[in-house]
Amino acid sequence: MKYAILIYSGEDAGPAMGTPEQAAEMQEWFAYTEALHQAGVFVAGEPLQGRETATTVRVRDGEKVTTDGPYAETKEILGGFYLIDVDNLDEALEWAARVPSSRYGSTEVRPLMEIPGP
Amino acid sequence: MIDPSGVSEVFRSEWPRLVATLVRDVRDLELAEDVAQEAFIEAATRWHADGMPDRPGAWLLTTARRKAIDRARRSARFNDRLPELEARASREAVPTEHELIDDQLALLLGCCHPAIAPEAQVALTLRVVAGLSTAQIAKAFFVTEPTMTRRLTRSKTKIRAARIPFGVSDLETLVDRLPVVCGVIYSIFTEGHTSATTATLVRGDLCDEAIWLAELLHELVPGDPEVTGLLALMLLTDARRATRVDADGVPVLLADQVRSMWDDGKTQRGLALLAEAHAHGLIGVYQLQAAIAALHTTAPTFGDTDWPGIVKLYDVMLRRTPSAVVALNRAVAVSHADGPAVGLAAIDAIASADDLDSDLANYPYFHSSRAELLVRLDRLDEARDAFERAVDRSTNEAQARHLRRRIADLGLR
Repeated sequence: MKYAILIYSGEDAGPAMGTPEQAAEMQEWFAYTEALHQAGVFVAGEPLQGRETATTVRVRDGEKVTTDGPYAETKEILGGFYLIDVDNLDEALEWAARVPSSRYGSTEVRPLMEIPGP
Repeated sequence: MIDPSGVSEVFRSEWPRLVATLVRDVRDLELAEDVAQEAFIEAATRWHADGMPDRPGAWLLTTARRKAIDRARRSARFNDRLPELEARASREAVPTEHELIDDQLALLLGCCHPAIAPEAQVALTLRVVAGLSTAQIAKAFFVTEPTMTRRLTRSKTKIRAARIPFGVSDLETLVDRLPVVCGVIYSIFTEGHTSATTATLVRGDLCDEAIWLAELLHELVPGDPEVTGLLALMLLTDARRATRVDADGVPVLLADQVRSMWDDGKTQRGLALLAEAHAHGLIGVYQLQAAIAALHTTAPTFGDTDWPGIVKLYDVMLRRTPSAVVALNRAVAVSHADGPAVGLAAIDAIASADDLDSDLANYPYFHSSRAELLVRLDRLDEARDAFERAVDRSTNEAQARHLRRRIADLGLR
């Protein structure tokens, strides 16, 4: 079963850019991604650029409305995601707990909706 | 109620076994529960006419499997389960005792999965494991039946959609997850024991359900000292049930309870379980609470209670799980061991300590405990004031009536 691991954290949570702590955490992210590959559960995964780069689009009554910024003005923002393919929620939660930013951010696990093929 | 079919006699023990085996068969909680229920309904009419079969459990399983096969044939969702289900049904595969233990434990762990909201864990456990109807659970928790149905449906949908597994893959995970199951069972017990939401203080039905669930868990994991401790704690507490409230439903203080009316059978069983738990060498919080309950329940009179022993146990608990409520209980025990002045100083020390994060000022028991000590110190005006604060904060009508009675008593002194 496929699950999305959605990685949220506060913008100033976690180690600051350019610090040795941040360099060490980068190594953890690489190791984590590698571990997903090794376990054969990796489907996809990418980090996202910051909230200042986000644009939100809504189409209302056929009219496109574009606004600057992320959809929800929340404290923690979506910073990246993984898609993994594992047997059940317990396994997905295990992987979510190993996401480096789970120590200071919040990591949401959502099963993908399975749409039957044609 | 007379039940000529005999179904209600076997329901208690057969329900969780049947549902657990069916979950293994069909790998779907809702389907398992539905066909188990239909099998029991059929049993009620058939056994009434033909008499109870020699092996009621096997009869129920065969009947439920037949119904599950019918459903699976009609539903695309369960089509893939069909070959295995038919194979099991045709060779009348009866689960071994070992499988029954694994499957019932899996059922409990599934209902108490941390990905399910706590209130839904409680509802699911009562429905799926204890076999209560949605209407009964709704009534027990004072919500409407549609609300309870939605709560149950939402969690069952999540179990299926997010593929929440039943059971655990290794011992380490079991050790992690057992405390959640114990917590769910204990919350059912405390809801029954001191109802925060109702006018009546003791709701025996929920206490009985919780004890039954703990008995089952103890049977499934006999070697876990905390599971054993939890069962001991509930039995030793529940032994006092008959005397905890008077004829009007108003709580009776421990000092005034008629000890000869305490249930000695429950006390003895609780003590034996406590000894069994201690034999494992690991002392957990349920065992500590059980040990405290044992000292209360075995004391010949209130005055003869081993208060210094109780204070010592609270000291250990306070180190394990520091909380203002534990500290408050300890202070009350101190007041009986060393006198009301020392006890009052201990209570006031908790209120001024900021390391115990709490909402103590809003806790009615904090004010009523202070009030009782002030009464013993003959500081009646302050006692009245403290009782009134307790009344203002009480969420339980029976409790509030007791407190108002205490205020009235002060006027007579």
